[in-house]
Amino acid sequence: MSNEAVLHANVGVSGHDAHHDEHHGHHHETFISKYVFSMDHKMIAKQFLITGMVWAVLGGLMSVLFRLQLGYPDSTFPWLEDILGKWAKGGRISAEAYYALVTTHGTVLVFFVLTAGLSGTFSNFLIPLQIGARDMASPLMNMLSYWFFFIASIVMLSSVFIETGPFSGGWTAYPPLSALGDASPGSKTGMDLWLTAMALFVVSQLLAGLNYIATILNMRTKGMSMTRLPLTIWALFFTAVLGVLSFPVLFSGFILLIFDRNFGTSFYLSDIFLSTTNTALPNEGGSAILYQHLFWFLGHPEVYIILLPAMGMASEVLSTNARKPIFGYMAMVGSMFAIAVLAFLVWAHHMFVTGLNPFLGSIFVLLTLLIAVPSAIKVFNWLTTLWRGNIRFTPAMMFAIGFVSLFISGGLTGIWLGNSALDIHLHDTYFVIAHFHIVMGVASMFGMFAGVYHWYPKMYGTYMNNTLAYIHFWITLIGAYLIFWPMHYEGLAGMPRRYYDYGVWESFKQFVELNRFISTVVIIVFAAQFFFLFNFFYSIFKGRKVTTTNPWGSNTLEWTTPIKPGHGNWTGEIPEVHRWAYDYGKDGQDFIPQTVPVGDNETQH
Amino acid sequence: MYMNAVSPERNRIHPHKFTMWVAMGSIIMMFAGLTSAYVVKRAQSNWLEFDLPPVFWISTVVILASSLTIHLSLKAFKAREMPRYRMLITLTAVLGVAFALLQFAGFSALHKDGIQFFGAGSNPSASFLGIITGLHIAHVLGGVIALLVVFLRAFSIKNKVYTSVPLEIVATYWHFVDLLWIYLFVFFNSIG
Repeated sequence: MSNEAVLHANVGVSGHDAHHDEHHGHHHETFISKYVFSMDHKMIAKQFLITGMVWAVLGGLMSVLFRLQLGYPDSTFPWLEDILGKWAKGGRISAEAYYALVTTHGTVLVFFVLTAGLSGTFSNFLIPLQIGARDMASPLMNMLSYWFFFIASIVMLSSVFIETGPFSGGWTAYPPLSALGDASPGSKTGMDLWLTAMALFVVSQLLAGLNYIATILNMRTKGMSMTRLPLTIWALFFTAVLGVLSFPVLFSGFILLIFDRNFGTSFYLSDIFLSTTNTALPNEGGSAILYQHLFWFLGHPEVYIILLPAMGMASEVLSTNARKPIFGYMAMVGSMFAIAVLAFLVWAHHMFVTGLNPFLGSIFVLLTLLIAVPSAIKVFNWLTTLWRGNIRFTPAMMFAIGFVSLFISGGLTGIWLGNSALDIHLHDTYFVIAHFHIVMGVASMFGMFAGVYHWYPKMYGTYMNNTLAYIHFWITLIGAYLIFWPMHYEGLAGMPRRYYDYGVWESFKQFVELNRFISTVVIIVFAAQFFFLFNFFYSIFKGRKVTTTNPWGSNTLEWTTPIKPGHGNWTGEIPEVHRWAYDYGKDGQDFIPQTVPVGDNETQH
Repeated sequence: MYMNAVSPERNRIHPHKFTMWVAMGSIIMMFAGLTSAYVVKRAQSNWLEFDLPPVFWISTVVILASSLTIHLSLKAFKAREMPRYRMLITLTAVLGVAFALLQFAGFSALHKDGIQFFGAGSNPSASFLGIITGLHIAHVLGGVIALLVVFLRAFSIKNKVYTSVPLEIVATYWHFVDLLWIYLFVFFNSIG
């Protein structure tokens, strides 16, 4: 079945057929079918992006609130009681509220922002445009995936407003805190809503991932062989494969958890005495570690689900704006493949201190440290792509370079944490917080920003303001380092994570001022994100208009579409591809788009 | 109408069929996760051992038979023998429902022997059996619903369905849940 047939069979939109050009633009779309229940991958991408932005603001605000507690444990902020009510009596966040905020911040940022908001946005937007397809293999499933995500969002958001509060046992939701309603206030309705939201989220991710894989493998335009795909598409492909293979395992872990919570089974529970109700539970024979295995079998691939799209977009942006071919294309693809494979073989490095057999641990150490090889290959290739390039420092380029910087800084500490011996000291300290926030959190956010700034002209037909973008970039980059760099020292000193108040420890009193400093920077960096938000929404309506189809001088197919492509993307036939995506500065030409046939005197890729 | 006009592309597998294959990979991962958890848990303390009642053998035969009928119905559809196709697809759906009922009969037989699946006093070994086979039944019933959809479409007079793609996708899925049960059955009999 051809691209056209899929589009027409599913959407019922007559339109951009090669032989009926006069029909173009005549199909009727209502507000509902265009903006709400849209099956156009570009609109779905924007829905994912804006929902993700809403979540990023909420999740970021949560981190500001709990950083207030960590930075100013002895101060009171009466306005906190105004917005949080009983969760901040007297202007100080209660312990329950603190844990609820930390948990929700983690869940929201990992799943709703950096999974749905990042790969949801750019998989939807870039896959059909860059492979030369009219739309996804199944636009209906694509729409459903967004609406499952939306319902998951509503359920998760509603848990913030219930009397017992949202779940507060950490974003990993380990039992018994997640399995026993009586264990803490957040373990009651809050956990039910958390589980419901996450189950819906898994459905959304599976629908999306199936579609991405089928689209990339089956719907490429003529001439677009796999080795001519832009690296963004390779990255999004591996991301989708990881999601499709790992989310079901998380789902099975959740199913067992649901039965332990609600139907009295004992998969994860054994020999528990609850002090809150003063009862000994009848559950016997369960193992809480079993949940950790099932969780981290998703949890570790999830890290790469978050990171790979950022890697792919950074590669594309770096090459385009360095006006140089990406260095080592096949090595980039190979290293992403290696990362995708290794992602499934390292989950137990999150569990070194659970009583894991040390011999088994040493195998996981080896496999974990092996990830340094493809990661280093990628870093080397990014740097050599930049090397002696004719660099244009567009905002997207700044964020892509920032991504490389953060990936190096955060990746190096991964080599520390991958050692099971060092992990005994570093596990559950601020060192871990610093590591994963830099390498996965902030780095992926930078990849996302790079993607938004770079593809914004394609999304909305206008440019974002550069000055605001540069201010946003520098505050965010410097701020990210100022926030997370000091945490390495705190972690090395043994400061554990997840505590409400460090004032009771003599050994951590030395960090009082450092914590205050970090919290202050958090507030500044959070505020700086409004430069981005304002820039984003203002530019949709008032931004400088894009007047050329290919503003960045880029080779990939999305820049051969009209400035504001309709549903179906190309008005005429889908262009044919004759070369790879990275012919920059070849034979004295600034760039040669993929659609240009290979000349007589050229070597072919 | 566009089919012939724009198909210079290579003769690739239909995207929807391909999606089904990837989805099956996804389902395999879920059951692999659960059966791995089973193996891990079994190696630890407090594991109740019991034999599966013979009724599970009958349900196995039933689901195998349903795979045969859906295969024949696909052949009948391609030969445009519609009455035969409708009869066979109805039979398949009936066998699917029969399979689910027989599985429940197996559970109640176990329950009569004092094996408790859920609630206080249940052992993880029985709970695992209940959840894994329960999820499998859910997947079979999902297949029955898909069968009903293609079945009703076969009766529609307005739109004559000539493409066999939806039916092929359902048939692939049906064989898949069949094989999945064979795997689970062997797994429970040899590991359990």
